Amino acid sequence: MHIVIIGNGIAGITTARHVRKLSDHTLTVISGETEHFFSRTALMYIYMGHMRYKDTKPYEDFFWKKNRIDLVFDQVNAIVPDRKVLKMASGKEISYDKLVLATGSRPNTFGWPGENLTGVQGMVSKQDLDQLEALTPTIRHAVVAGGGLIGIELAEMLHSRGIPVTFLVREKSFWKNVLPPEESAMVNAEILLHGIDLRLGEEIASITGDADGRVQAVVTKSGTTIDCQFVGITAGVSPNLDLAQSAGVETRRGFLVNELLETSVPGIYAIGDCAELREVLPGRKNVEAVWYTGKLMGPVLAKTLCGTPTAYQQTTWFNSAKFFEIEYQIYGEIAPEPSEGVAHLAWFHLNGKHAIRIAYRKQNGQVLGFHLMGVRYRQAVCTHWIEQGTHIEEVLQNLGAANFDPEFFTQYEQAVLDAYAEASGVTLTLRRRRGWKQVLATLSLK
Amino acid sequence: MKFLKLTGIALFLVALATLISLPLLSRLSLTPDKITALSALVGTDKQEAATKALNAFKGDHPKIPALMGLEQQLKKAKWDSYSSDDFLFQVSREAGAGFFWENKTLVAWLILLGAIGGGLLFILPDFILTKPGIHHNGMYQNPATNAGWVGILAAVFLISFYILLYFNHFLITEWIAIADPFSMALRGELASQWFMYGFLYTLAIVVMGVRMIMKYRHSNYHLIRTGSIIFFQICFAFLLPQIFYVLHLPEDDLKNIWPLNYYFFFDWNIAKHIDSGTFGVFMLVWGITLAAVGVPLLTYFFGKRWYCSWVCGCGGLAETLGDPYRQLSDKSTEAWQIERVLIHGVLAFAVVMTGLTLYTYFTHNSLKWTINPYIFVGVIWAAAVSLFAYYRYRNPAQNGYKVLATLASIAGLITIWVFADIFPMEKASLRFTSYDIRTLYGFGVGSIFAGVVGTGFYPVMGNRVWCRFGCPLAAYLGIIQRFKSRFRITTNGGQCISCGNCSTYCEMGIDVRAYAQKGENIVRSSCVGCGVCAAVCPRGVLALEVGPEVGRI
Repeated sequence: MHIVIIGNGIAGITTARHVRKLSDHTLTVISGETEHFFSRTALMYIYMGHMRYKDTKPYEDFFWKKNRIDLVFDQVNAIVPDRKVLKMASGKEISYDKLVLATGSRPNTFGWPGENLTGVQGMVSKQDLDQLEALTPTIRHAVVAGGGLIGIELAEMLHSRGIPVTFLVREKSFWKNVLPPEESAMVNAEILLHGIDLRLGEEIASITGDADGRVQAVVTKSGTTIDCQFVGITAGVSPNLDLAQSAGVETRRGFLVNELLETSVPGIYAIGDCAELREVLPGRKNVEAVWYTGKLMGPVLAKTLCGTPTAYQQTTWFNSAKFFEIEYQIYGEIAPEPSEGVAHLAWFHLNGKHAIRIAYRKQNGQVLGFHLMGVRYRQAVCTHWIEQGTHIEEVLQNLGAANFDPEFFTQYEQAVLDAYAEASGVTLTLRRRRGWKQVLATLSLK
Repeated sequence: MKFLKLTGIALFLVALATLISLPLLSRLSLTPDKITALSALVGTDKQEAATKALNAFKGDHPKIPALMGLEQQLKKAKWDSYSSDDFLFQVSREAGAGFFWENKTLVAWLILLGAIGGGLLFILPDFILTKPGIHHNGMYQNPATNAGWVGILAAVFLISFYILLYFNHFLITEWIAIADPFSMALRGELASQWFMYGFLYTLAIVVMGVRMIMKYRHSNYHLIRTGSIIFFQICFAFLLPQIFYVLHLPEDDLKNIWPLNYYFFFDWNIAKHIDSGTFGVFMLVWGITLAAVGVPLLTYFFGKRWYCSWVCGCGGLAETLGDPYRQLSDKSTEAWQIERVLIHGVLAFAVVMTGLTLYTYFTHNSLKWTINPYIFVGVIWAAAVSLFAYYRYRNPAQNGYKVLATLASIAGLITIWVFADIFPMEKASLRFTSYDIRTLYGFGVGSIFAGVVGTGFYPVMGNRVWCRFGCPLAAYLGIIQRFKSRFRITTNGGQCISCGNCSTYCEMGIDVRAYAQKGENIVRSSCVGCGVCAAVCPRGVLALEVGPEVGRI
């Protein structure tokens, strides 16, 4: 059987690796972006000079041949499901028995006047990076529009090369629909502290260019004109559905898939950023365009492809990011504002660099989620508590077991207990400080 | 700030250029009095040759050519290189003339202050201006840190420095004399090349240690670790030996452990310690205890890092002076395979060499071997080719080489066999003793590998070239860390985004990401526990930990 995967991002590659682990099927991975798999999350580090492109490749180039994964560096123009054939940009045809769409996402645009000018671009692909690198010597001022993870990263990238950045965020505070207000304010402060010209509640109205079609300025909705030679469009991403029409698969935001990650056309599957789950758990999104989703879906789809139909089940949510110097981790469900029947226990360091927030059900004390800024917590421990529905007070007394900061770092668990005492009047004793024995005991492995 | 940085680098470069030019600008002034005095320094059997050579360079000459001319003369007179170097160093000191020799102390201070002050002025503003946190911005865009032209120049300088230091120190007498004021104060005598080396080494660790402290000021782990490195270098490696010297005790660095300290069991070292009485014997017992008990025990509890990135001098230089180069270590599987063969080869060499040395010491039997050179070459050839073939065979992408290597190996052996037949030599034509093996180790591993290659190649191959490929103690510590230790780098569940910062900034060339992205803990014999992978990780995925051995790997 010939399994063909379109897209060599984390979703496509994880699927390919696991198919190879499980079977001897012929495997082809097609990408029009790069010859080899690289870590998209590391694009920023190439631009900032932390790494070279080759350092972002998680597998050495010999890996693919050794594992008999054929790489095709070409663009798919169309899918012909009747003949089970792909029409390539090079004119070639590739036939398949099973097809996996792992085409990822692309930056959202909103039809702004001037959005096709040179110097207006997103930051999701290797091509975007190369284009930015080529433009850099001419950029004296840059505008980044869109207050999400890519936006803040792009601002940091440009800033690292000494380019003044104006950062337009439509909401009244950074990433307001995801971060609780206090944490969001911490990030606002962090952005300003690094010398970024942060404009909250501002959006692009139009983009103007010069005679050569190069961007010249951005006009905001409030009427301000900002001279710039570069505009980063980072207002979210959407699934890349270019191949949907020729494939004849049903779409909504993404390629609609069932629990087996199969589209409406039998034998064609979709995975990662471009896939939209028909059914999801309460509180979860149908398209979860993050690195981890692709990584989690891959092994499941591989089983299905290799003859053991396996349903993809969403596991306890987790995500991470870094806002300049502030690291961010989240485990479980924790909304910006506590919903009905849910309480938030929150502790903030006075220096504005560390915050710990734990969500729990008021009625029975069941822990629901952890929201961490500038503190590292253990996924296994947090997830264990969330999945077991452990009582908040039990969690707090053992909170040290969750600590994953480096040795000799200040431990803030006692401060969290103090915050709980202040809020609830219940004084608890911290039974565990960080350490491995505590972790094993908590996970009942010992 | 930019002005400060420019001033700093200018000062540093002027100091460096002055230092380099000193031996080139100095003169050798041999008056009849000096010739008489200098000739009197050598034994009677050598006096005639010394006088004759010195007289040939009577008067005033440019220094370097004169010294090299003198070396030729002494070589003709069949002096061994040790006596010749030693004598020429004294000549160079006693008959040195020119601006430097007339203003030695002043110039020494100016160069040191210029280099240190200029260096700090250049380094610190970048860290003071940026917020605490990891800043590797521009590392791969800067020719000093991406193995570009500045890096190559730095490597050339370091390599030349080591070659001169080990093999022609009389040519750099002026550099050695820079340390005179300090040697006079601490030891009451002029500096030897080893004092100068220790002095500059310590200085490099302190100055670049300050840089480390600024760079990692957000991380207590790095602050404490760097403090420990600086402390052990200043106190144990530099000051204590000077105190021992003044007290007429062996100048031991008490934290330099066999087999890194390869001469620990040499007859002269043992004799020196026994002659020094109780404290000398204590030092011997201390050294043996550290190697036999301290290393396994501490490594079991803390991992190899207790030594390699907290205490060791070689590690100390790598972690401070070498920090800007850590990203240059090769992460490929190929490099890992070479590393394992080399480092364990050196450990085996060190063990065999020490064993033979001790055997000779206790039995007074200087073992002699005689071998047929053809067999010798044949065995080495066969071993090299098999290794090559084995390696290529492991990498299926390179299968063609297996056939090629096998053919080459057979052809080579046949050639040797044929030649042996055509030119029969007397069977026993290569003779060597346990003493020769010892000398070979000292030269090949002690000087060339540890110094010239190990440090000289920092700016192009990363800062742990010696620690990774050559240090026999690292190999010993590593075996314990891999098989019997509580240390591991823990991976935090599935949070890895495969970005590669951890692998890139691993000075030991470990592909940390390969484990982290699978959610596996990292237990590798080579890991020195510097903690930089955990520091550069943008998602908080890695942590150095000690814990139960259960579920470690």
